Amino acid sequence: MKVKVISRSADEFTKERSQDLQRVFRNFDPSIRTQEKAVEYVRAQNAAKLDKIFARPFVGAMEGHIDSISCMAKNPNHLIGIFSGSMDGEIRLWDLASRRTVCRFPGHKGAVQGLTVSTDGRVLVSCGTDSTVRLWSVPVSNLLEEDASSDKSAQPRETYVWKNAFRSVDHQWNSDRFATGGAGVDIWNHNRSAPEQSYQWGTDTVVSVRFNPGEPDILATSASDRSIALYDLRMGKPTSKFIMRTRTNSICWNPMEPINFTAANEDSNCYSFDCRKFGEATCVHMDHVSAVMDIDYSPTGREFVTGSYDRTIMIFQYNAGHKREIYHTKRMQRVFCVKYSCDGSYVISGSDDTNLRLWKSKASEQLGVLLPREQKKHEYHEAVKNRYKHLPEIKRIVRHRHLPKPIYKAGKQIREQNESQRKKQEKRKAHSAPGSIVEEPLRKRKIIKVE
Amino acid sequence: MGVKQDGGTIDIVPAMEQEKISDELDKRVKKFLRGAEANLEGLKDKKLKGQLAVREELYGKSAHAAAKAEKWLLPSEGGYLEAEGIEKTWRIKQESIAREVDILSSRSQFDIVLPDLGPYTLDFTSSGRYMAVGGRKGHLAILDMKNMSLIREIQVRETVRDVAFLHNELFFAAAQKKYPYIYNRDGTELHCLKEHGAVLRLQFLKNHFLLASVNKFGHLRYQDVTMGRMIGSYRTGLGRTDVMHVNPYNGVVALGHSGGKVSMWKPTSSAPLLQRLCHKGPISAMAFHPNGHLMATAGKEKKIMLWDLRKLQDEPIQTLPGHASTLDFSQKGLLARGCNSYVQILGDFSGSQNYENYMGHRMIKGYQIGRVMFRPYEDVLGIGHSMGWSSILIPGSGEPNFDTWVANPFETSKQRREKEVHSLLDKLPPETIMLNPTELGTVKTQRRKEKRTKEEKEAEMEAAVEAVKVIEPKKKTKGRNKPSKRAKKKQEMIVSAKRPFLEQQKKEEEQVARKKQKVSEQVEQPTALQRFVRKKAAT
Repeated sequence: MKVKVISRSADEFTKERSQDLQRVFRNFDPSIRTQEKAVEYVRAQNAAKLDKIFARPFVGAMEGHIDSISCMAKNPNHLIGIFSGSMDGEIRLWDLASRRTVCRFPGHKGAVQGLTVSTDGRVLVSCGTDSTVRLWSVPVSNLLEEDASSDKSAQPRETYVWKNAFRSVDHQWNSDRFATGGAGVDIWNHNRSAPEQSYQWGTDTVVSVRFNPGEPDILATSASDRSIALYDLRMGKPTSKFIMRTRTNSICWNPMEPINFTAANEDSNCYSFDCRKFGEATCVHMDHVSAVMDIDYSPTGREFVTGSYDRTIMIFQYNAGHKREIYHTKRMQRVFCVKYSCDGSYVISGSDDTNLRLWKSKASEQLGVLLPREQKKHEYHEAVKNRYKHLPEIKRIVRHRHLPKPIYKAGKQIREQNESQRKKQEKRKAHSAPGSIVEEPLRKRKIIKVE
Repeated sequence: MGVKQDGGTIDIVPAMEQEKISDELDKRVKKFLRGAEANLEGLKDKKLKGQLAVREELYGKSAHAAAKAEKWLLPSEGGYLEAEGIEKTWRIKQESIAREVDILSSRSQFDIVLPDLGPYTLDFTSSGRYMAVGGRKGHLAILDMKNMSLIREIQVRETVRDVAFLHNELFFAAAQKKYPYIYNRDGTELHCLKEHGAVLRLQFLKNHFLLASVNKFGHLRYQDVTMGRMIGSYRTGLGRTDVMHVNPYNGVVALGHSGGKVSMWKPTSSAPLLQRLCHKGPISAMAFHPNGHLMATAGKEKKIMLWDLRKLQDEPIQTLPGHASTLDFSQKGLLARGCNSYVQILGDFSGSQNYENYMGHRMIKGYQIGRVMFRPYEDVLGIGHSMGWSSILIPGSGEPNFDTWVANPFETSKQRREKEVHSLLDKLPPETIMLNPTELGTVKTQRRKEKRTKEEKEAEMEAAVEAVKVIEPKKKTKGRNKPSKRAKKKQEMIVSAKRPFLEQQKKEEEQVARKKQKVSEQVEQPTALQRFVRKKAAT
């Protein structure tokens, strides 16, 4: 007879000394965990609810400007510094950590319309309606920390006066050239008082200019003749252009897939384009209820933030048709500019009410250093939520947002309008000869002409 | 083990051995995969297909990792009992087992004789560390089985029919003469559950925190022990019963009735999920295999039947002879049967769900066994009988490796407190009790057939008519083969082919009309117009 029975001596399974950690034994056998799917579902539900409880995205407001904020620029070399320009001609450098002004740049006589920082983070370029382009030296970072209490003011390094008012400016990657948009597109050099090159395509004002992050000689612009155009600086002439139904207020390239860019349109939608194929948008991002004023991509390229005239900020996934997140406060007025922070964890908005606001990009994210156990728990919650996200209860909890009444109503109205139009089109199609009405998808419908 | 040089790397394990190991690993991986891989062949959505393919790969990897961990990292191995030569396992006595095993294990063989207060019933916590016993004459006690100490005993001075631990050893419920009561570990009465009435059998569903009871009148009740809400209260209508068991796999409560029926219940519906006539006589005991696929029932007509719950066949997969006043499955799938003063252990060693005799144990003559229960995570069977309670060793019955986060026999009070909070956070709503718990989160298949359109129906009728038209009528005898007769015959055939379709159509139209009428009747007309409303047909 051979016999063995389970025999556990207590000292093998418990800690030896009181200072030791408790011993943990795992057995992954599914049969000792009954109803594991239901348990996971309940955990997913709890995780979704916890996310709602901890969703406090607003970090703080930065006040100091005396007119509405028209533009912002982030310093690619310094994480906590951000520049903002306002309609009264003042430019400020903010310290995001302490939420205070570090330095002022007075000089512009009219509104500052464009701000950009060179790749090395030393030179700030501003332009405005007073037809000047000003170059500023950015104060060194260690100086920031020394006396954050008293803000300094700086003098412009250079001031270049030109013939027309400017609407936007963008700096080329790793060189000392920058482009301004106004009556036309001008390419400038740090050291020359007149543009190196000038481009004109049509007669209308260029509203926004953005250099391609991957191919530094390519430039995308949008103009008030509702066009979006691509320029190649090596060719000496514009390359391609298309016209949409409504004006594009701002353009941003996807930093990780630099062939794609997203345009913030006046018709409350954003359109993502592949710059090789202008005939149709790759994705239409809906949900805003008024003109989208500014757009900025996260450095990961998976998300972007938009600021709108409807007083809200939204965060979209790069390939999703609807918002992931919407931020609003009672006091925030029309949003004119938004930026994603360089580490992708914050969003900064500048609005009509003269304040800059700092938001978390993930509303319920825990700030500060996380313990490994906390980290693991968050990951687990994320995973179960992702696994059961299609179930109605969890979908409902995750999607629900409290909206201000006017925005909720306007959104509802827009949806109703779209629905009735769709129905009308369907009926029209049903009562006409087959093939006589060709329905174009929304991605193509908004593009009138490709040149 | 041969060592050979193979292309620069040292291959320690020979090829044969490797194959064997991988075969064994495959078998283990299958357990952790929890079902077959999804078939992605027919998917048209490329994006979804890619996502699912990645997910499947991840599942495969995690199953593989779990299988490897199970093979190499688990601290203990299961028990066994093997006969040598002409020995038979069922002839091996407990005394001879006690001589072979270590002192620690032999301590769990004992008999407690309390002749005045019996017959005894018992219950274990899910970790197997604590045992609650209840004597018919009012003796309640909690024991720590690890160090064999009595924690608390109380005398309630009335009939005790059943005891059940709640989610941990701090609380237990006892079904007494008129009502069930909840006590804490110190023996303080916390609640009297008056609504339940005179309960015969208590069961606790630990994932849902539900206390299920069936009383003298065959009334099944579910009470949430966290908030105290009565979740369900259903009259079974099948008479008095004290045979109740929870299927641990899905939380479904099964009742065995005196008519030979087994009914399965969930707390959210007043009708049973399932009813089946299992025995020709009254059912005396039942038990569920921990994997939830096997049910054992015992009838008074001296039969024990094993049922496969997945197939819902009319025939049991196995019928064994013998009485059983109590049945229980162990974690590893051994089946204990207690009747009179004899306990028999049956085991499935062929892997084909064919249970055969494994061990037996005879108590002192005259002892009436009331309850047998395997102790979780130990090779021990607890027996409650008319003269007290006993405990015997059954090698190979318990799961050798526990999981600290599921049920920990060496739990400290701090861990217990932590676990209580976590299990309350993971408390399942009563709706999650269903026959197939893996259904949760899957796509609901379309039950009703799509309605056919008018065109389709017409086309069908047309086709039937065409089919009839082609048939050439038989040549008839003289006088009946006139062209007019033939044409008439053909016309008749067409009409008879059309008839079922037309009848169907008429029926549907009538239904629609009836529905419309119902709706229009409900709409209140203004008084001035009411005289024009169509009167109901005179009855």
